[in-house]
Amino acid sequence: MQPLSELTRSFRQALSGGDIPAFVTATDPAEAAQRFAVYRNNVAHSLRQALGRRFPVVKRLVGTTFFDAMATEFIARHPPQSPVLQEWGEAFAPFLEGFPPVATLPYLPDVARIEWARGRAYHAADLTPLPADQLQEDHPLILHPSVQVLHSHHPAVSIWHANQPARDGKLRAGGAEYALIRRKPDFEVPVMALSPTDAAFIDVLLQGKPLGVAAIITDPVPMLSLLLKDGLICKKESIQ
Amino acid sequence: MPLPSSAGLGFKAQHFQAIRDTQPRLGFFEVHAENYLGDGGAPHAMLTALRRDYAISIHGVGLSIGGPTLDKAHLARVRALCDRYDPDSFSEHLAWSSHGAEYLNDLLPLPYTAATLQQICDHVDQVQDALGRRLLLENPSTYVIFEQSEIPETEFMDQIAQRTGCGLLLDVNNVFVSCVNHRMDPLNYLNAFPLRHVGEIHLGGHDEEELPSGPLLIDAHGSEVADPVWALYAEVLDRAGPLPSLVEWDNDVPEWSVLLSEAQRAEALLSDRTRHAAAE
Repeated sequence: MQPLSELTRSFRQALSGGDIPAFVTATDPAEAAQRFAVYRNNVAHSLRQALGRRFPVVKRLVGTTFFDAMATEFIARHPPQSPVLQEWGEAFAPFLEGFPPVATLPYLPDVARIEWARGRAYHAADLTPLPADQLQEDHPLILHPSVQVLHSHHPAVSIWHANQPARDGKLRAGGAEYALIRRKPDFEVPVMALSPTDAAFIDVLLQGKPLGVAAIITDPVPMLSLLLKDGLICKKESIQ
Repeated sequence: MPLPSSAGLGFKAQHFQAIRDTQPRLGFFEVHAENYLGDGGAPHAMLTALRRDYAISIHGVGLSIGGPTLDKAHLARVRALCDRYDPDSFSEHLAWSSHGAEYLNDLLPLPYTAATLQQICDHVDQVQDALGRRLLLENPSTYVIFEQSEIPETEFMDQIAQRTGCGLLLDVNNVFVSCVNHRMDPLNYLNAFPLRHVGEIHLGGHDEEELPSGPLLIDAHGSEVADPVWALYAEVLDRAGPLPSLVEWDNDVPEWSVLLSEAQRAEALLSDRTRHAAAE
């Protein structure tokens, strides 16, 4: 008998199309291909569904039929590399940038980046918040790993909001936008539009520069109080 | 502590609030290991809260025990999860789901031969050694047959249990699906199945398609448990006595009350048997 590794390789190849392996049979051998198609369909369908759950706004923007065709192409080029599917999809935004059929939707990769950042924030580690009276101006702050700032040349934040389930998709804004992604203490992960200077302020903190340096850019109070209120300035050690 | 011999449900995050508000009496909750391997956040907060009130079963779908190579990196992460939550049971599948590093997100079949039996036993040994706990291995639902297979599935699983000391998870829906698909009598499968090794039962819904030769059932976990599967479950309980029994519903997940009524249906069958056992 062929070793199991060869059998599974043949099986895997046939999941992508072509003839089914000669060793795959059924009680009625004439039906083997129709039965094998269940596996083909399970693999393709479940991965498309998983990608759609991770990028629901991208899916809504292009529609389910188009999304599924695009997802099939993405899955072929960038299949999951681990059984932990929440870690799969970082390559989706760059893939969209290079995918000619969506070249007419230049904001789509940035919407995908927002969705990817939200997933990362949702699963980010639990850290202990730093009490406000322990803030030091001359030390780098440890921001919670859910805190991310995104820059878009497009109104990606407004597009994301306009395409939430209860919204009609209509857009009132235009132009470049900045997004703050963070996980709040109730585990919600909102997408918040930031001014360019507030975005730069948090970027500088994320780069590990002390508060005193970031405060040169803008009045630190609004962003600092938001970060403190949501417990996003942290002590070093993790909870658990 | 082993799982209690009563009905449990697969936990879905959208039901968390309903569970907290109503505190239903349930034997246990089961979660898929792979959904709890992130660093933190809501999944861990919910599982930590559930763990305080209920027995917990962790059910893996990604170790690829039935493939040529066990995913060692993934095993280390599953071990950390089990160390953190100390579940009352850990189970996995007689199936493969990864090809090299590529994860296929389905439970794929394998041929049953002397050589694959040895390989799977090695994998089960490695998993049990790494986790430091006994594994329950679940029978698959299958749609095709391998020409190479020379050992019946029931004997294959019996041999794995005997050689490795692992327990078995009997998915009654999978028994029904596979037997209908391969034109076998599910009762013959049960007659041959080593029920003494069974530590947990799974129940779930399936879809039905039609082939020229007859029905093709698909293990879809997206609907109520079918009547013939309930009947087969009652037959298992008659033969094996009460066992921890999980209702799985993973796709098109209904509202909490629908899921709970499925668990209550299983619990009613279980308590019938418990009463009879007490009366004898």
